[in-house]
Amino acid sequence: MACMMSNMSTLDALSPDWLTSEHSTGTSIMAVEFDGGVVIGADSRTSTGAYVANRVTDKLTKITNHIYCCRSGSAADTQAIADIVNYHLEFHEVQLGEAPLVKTAASVFQELCYNYRDQLTAGIICAGWDRRHGGQVFNIPLGGMCVRQPFAIGGSGSTYVFGFVDSNFKQGMNQDECVQFVLKTLALAMSRDGSSGGVVRLGIITEDGIERRTVLGNELPRFYEG
Amino acid sequence: MSSIGTGYDLSASQFSPDGRVFQVEYAQKAVENSGTAVALRGKDGVVFAVEKLVTSKLYEAGANRRIFNIDTHIGMAVAGLLADSRQIVETARTEASNYRAEYGGNIPVKYLADRVAMYKHAYTLYSAVRPFGCSVALGSYDEIDGPQLFMVDPSGVSFGYLGCAMGKARQAAKTEMEKLKLKDMTCMELLKEAAKIIYVVHDEVKDKHFELELGWVGAVTQGRHQKVPQDVYAEVERYAKSALEDDSDSGNDDM
Repeated sequence: MACMMSNMSTLDALSPDWLTSEHSTGTSIMAVEFDGGVVIGADSRTSTGAYVANRVTDKLTKITNHIYCCRSGSAADTQAIADIVNYHLEFHEVQLGEAPLVKTAASVFQELCYNYRDQLTAGIICAGWDRRHGGQVFNIPLGGMCVRQPFAIGGSGSTYVFGFVDSNFKQGMNQDECVQFVLKTLALAMSRDGSSGGVVRLGIITEDGIERRTVLGNELPRFYEG
Repeated sequence: MSSIGTGYDLSASQFSPDGRVFQVEYAQKAVENSGTAVALRGKDGVVFAVEKLVTSKLYEAGANRRIFNIDTHIGMAVAGLLADSRQIVETARTEASNYRAEYGGNIPVKYLADRVAMYKHAYTLYSAVRPFGCSVALGSYDEIDGPQLFMVDPSGVSFGYLGCAMGKARQAAKTEMEKLKLKDMTCMELLKEAAKIIYVVHDEVKDKHFELELGWVGAVTQGRHQKVPQDVYAEVERYAKSALEDDSDSGNDDM
């Protein structure tokens, strides 16, 4: 973690920070439930300190056909967790003979994030669709809590847009309204947050599986930029 | 099937030359000595009825129950050695509890039946252990999957059923079940028929005294497994007894 780097020699001061600091998805992520599915979204910036290590990252990671997660925090940690949850659920699906529930995936995420909370930097939004409860969003923030929400935002960029989502969220929005809500929120977060940016990755998960969209940086909705 | 003295029945891990495992067959015999237990799956739930043979007048009423709660949504009826059955109940409860802790939801009853079957089967593989002398029926209900019923026998096979019977009079009970249109029946109707079956197949000559035990899980119980309430029990028992009398009356007419 970052604290391990704190007492390095003077040599460290001579080298650029992107050589030594950790890759992190200093991020803007979001998920919203609607009747019949969920919309998930994320920016695409992976940074190493001030250096943009990847400007077209995909932070929407597949767990099963109908369950995805939005990753924020350490890129290495969240990728490893997503891999482990994916392994668990693939096995579970075989044993069960049917697709796992979103709640099940969220519980497995929580188990890992909570048990290893002192060693991990991972803020995850787990979202998807199952035949039992339809579209669902579970937020699993830093300490390993797990809570279902009608929508969730996460990552460093989210701090800039809590007011926006609180004033613009309406219960019972349809799929297109949710897509617009996610897109606007992420565009606002990305313009204010230095560690978020690039393109917006979107995913719409319904009974039929996922539909992926990408909105390029120059196509994003624009707001006051003063 | 008698295999007395052939020497192939000393270990659970040994086949006989004609490909059988006698220890497992003995375990199945142990189930056949037990009081009958039936489980019926209808359109909106599963019911259990057990003929609990009372071997001593000194037992208090309700002692040695044979219908158990495994989790809030799952019931289990057992037949065979009660001590063995209780270990299966314990195992099933642990399994359900672990599932809840790990995955944050109700264990699917099919998954539980598979796990219990695997556990029982393991006890047919090693020379140091004997198979469980019990069969168990597992039932559950929820709004999406509807009613589900599974039975696991001592060999460790598990199947889904519309109706299943274990114990002494299981053949007679199955014959009675086949007369019913199980798929169209409500919990209340199932309960009455299940109780009736227990009364019909009970052997008054060999086993004098028995207690009828009833459990149900379905839409009426909001998907929770419960022993049936006192008033329902009384009504069902009355129906079973009167149906039995009607049957024996008409039987006399035929003669």
